[in-house]
Amino acid sequence: MATIKHTLVALVENKPGVLNRVASLFRRRGFNIESITVGQSETPNVSRMTIVVDGTNTSVEQVRKQLDKLIETVKVTDITSDNIVLRELALIKVKATSANRSEIIQVVDIFRANIVDVSTDSLTVEVTGDEDKLNSLLNLLHTFGIKEMCRTGRIAMTRGNINEMGRRMSKQPESPES
Amino acid sequence: MTMKMTGGQILLDGLVKEGVDTIFGILGGAILPLYDTLPQFPQLHHVLVRHEQCAAHAAEGYARATGKVGVCFATSGPGATNLVTGIANAHLDSSPIVAITGQVARRFIGKDAFQEIDITGITLPITKHNYLVRDAASLAKILKEAFYIARTGRPGPVLVDVPKDVFNEQVEYHSPGKIDLTSYKTPLKGHPAQIQKAAALINGAQRPLIIAGRGVIISEASLELKELAERAQIPVVTTLLGLGSFPESHVLSYRWLGMHGMAYANMAVNTADLIIAIGMRFDDRATSEVNTFAPNASIIHIDIDPAEIGKNVRVDVPIVGDAKAVLTPLNKLVQPAQRMGWLQQLDEWRREHPSTDIRDSASVLPQYAIHQTYEATNGEATIVTGVGQNQMWAAQYYLYNRPNSFISSGGLGTMGFGLPASVGVKMGRPDLTVWCIDGDGSFQMTLHELATIVQEKLAIKIAIMNNGYLGMVRQWQELFHGKRYVATPLWGPDYVKLAEAYGIPGVRVRRREEVIPAIQQAMAYDGPFLIDFGIEPEENVYPIVPPGASLSEYLEIPEKEVAWQR
Repeated sequence: MATIKHTLVALVENKPGVLNRVASLFRRRGFNIESITVGQSETPNVSRMTIVVDGTNTSVEQVRKQLDKLIETVKVTDITSDNIVLRELALIKVKATSANRSEIIQVVDIFRANIVDVSTDSLTVEVTGDEDKLNSLLNLLHTFGIKEMCRTGRIAMTRGNINEMGRRMSKQPESPES
Repeated sequence: MTMKMTGGQILLDGLVKEGVDTIFGILGGAILPLYDTLPQFPQLHHVLVRHEQCAAHAAEGYARATGKVGVCFATSGPGATNLVTGIANAHLDSSPIVAITGQVARRFIGKDAFQEIDITGITLPITKHNYLVRDAASLAKILKEAFYIARTGRPGPVLVDVPKDVFNEQVEYHSPGKIDLTSYKTPLKGHPAQIQKAAALINGAQRPLIIAGRGVIISEASLELKELAERAQIPVVTTLLGLGSFPESHVLSYRWLGMHGMAYANMAVNTADLIIAIGMRFDDRATSEVNTFAPNASIIHIDIDPAEIGKNVRVDVPIVGDAKAVLTPLNKLVQPAQRMGWLQQLDEWRREHPSTDIRDSASVLPQYAIHQTYEATNGEATIVTGVGQNQMWAAQYYLYNRPNSFISSGGLGTMGFGLPASVGVKMGRPDLTVWCIDGDGSFQMTLHELATIVQEKLAIKIAIMNNGYLGMVRQWQELFHGKRYVATPLWGPDYVKLAEAYGIPGVRVRRREEVIPAIQQAMAYDGPFLIDFGIEPEENVYPIVPPGASLSEYLEIPEKEVAWQR
């Protein structure tokens, strides 16, 4: 069966060691985490993780159930096939000379990215968007030379009325799962 | 009304409130303050084992024999790491135990202090949950949660790591109140629509087969299982750990399936048109090659753990729920049926491939020794086993009619489980006749527990199947590795003299006619007793399904010329 990139949203209690429990479960079940982001959610004491992993539908569903079993996870949803908003942020430090600085700024403008720092031989670019947008910009900036780069990894949210916590409330724990 | 209590007092008070009466453990520096508090709680009996691994195994034996949560104590560092195998065993066999470990004082944590080890980190993947206690004020609540998590849903081990200074810390005691674990869900009742679908499949099946696992025993659903089987005349096989969930003497019992299961049970699986799997997890030793497992069958899978559904085999009707809570409404929807043809077919296979024959031999055959133990104990003993050939023969040549009458290490396959687990069984249920059937290899891994047996005056009968080999591995070397017996020949001491050194009487059995008198002598003696059965060194366990083969491709005893007796 073909593997695809899955986006999982995990709501977890904000307690010490929870990130370790989640990450080690992926390792234990043989998954390579492509990205994982953790931050506050709308509920106090509940953190929201967005985890991107590559796998078949059945293998990811298996790891999702295992995650759901952790005592401190409130809810884990695979939102890959949902209608979702995806965002990632990157900071990119580009080599710049007085000769090509304006050219770089033009590229950055096209991508509606921002210059957040300037020095004599570099520009630091901040860009937000989905991964395709970030990859395209990176491609263009490579021609100038990239000195340093960091990406946050994906965060994601379902469009429209659904909220992950609410989805949990409406779900019956004994509902059949296959 | 409040009062000041130390962390140690809160912990032991919590144990008493959870109904604990027995603790298995070994003390050391970090847990010493807790032990110092023990005399204030005379309701708690502490059993000093000789290695922490055995504290966890004994707690598990206790849990499996009593249905209660087993408790073990160990100190920090090596005490805690020694628990690891026992905790892993309880994890894989879904046994409820709570392990309390001492930890270095809070100000030393993270400093690589003497006997400091990150035991919550180490046990992360082998516990249902674990805790590092940060202050005495949280201890009462954590302990209550630990017991609740250990025994509810799919049971499992929970570890609570307590820094030394927390035991001494004085705080106002507050009752933990009600459990508030919003994110911990324990599904109980199955989905009614799924139960209806399952009933429809059962009512329409020609060749249905029940596979009952340890979940039936944990859920105490044996009566409901029997009702289902009898009502719809469905034959029952069990998994190894499901032994005793359905009486093996029952006319509908076709005993157990898997690598060393009965040939006819495995044939039943491959011929059935419907599998009703209850509280089992399609372990690879039970299914053999999953791609050829039950090729003609639809599968109903009833399990309390949603993550087990669809993990190893495709399932047509999954029902997430407790076995008893699912079977009760299911039984009401299942129609009475007669399945003469199907049952006759199974009986015929059983006649043709009985799988538990015992040949005539002047030497001691393990099959004969175990079968004679069955006869002598009227099938009423609780059998606790080591791991290896001894375990398989014990499962094959004793009939289990009562839940928890077969206590063995299934998932982890821990050699050395038998002796310490039987300590736990006998401590929890002194009324039971407990036989530890062990191998000489398995026995040598934890034989120091003889001392615990004597110290606690436990009338455990120990039967060693002594073949001078790590027998199961030797069998694999014989069958699959060109008889190259690398590292399997095993020297052992004179076990009778060894037992004698511990103050335990014993006999050595080397001829067939000595078997019955030895068993009778063991039973007549009021106390622990050891029998060293010197068995045929190269006796194999049959049937065996070779690794990677389908269940129907079992190998039977090669020499068929001997006289059979059943």
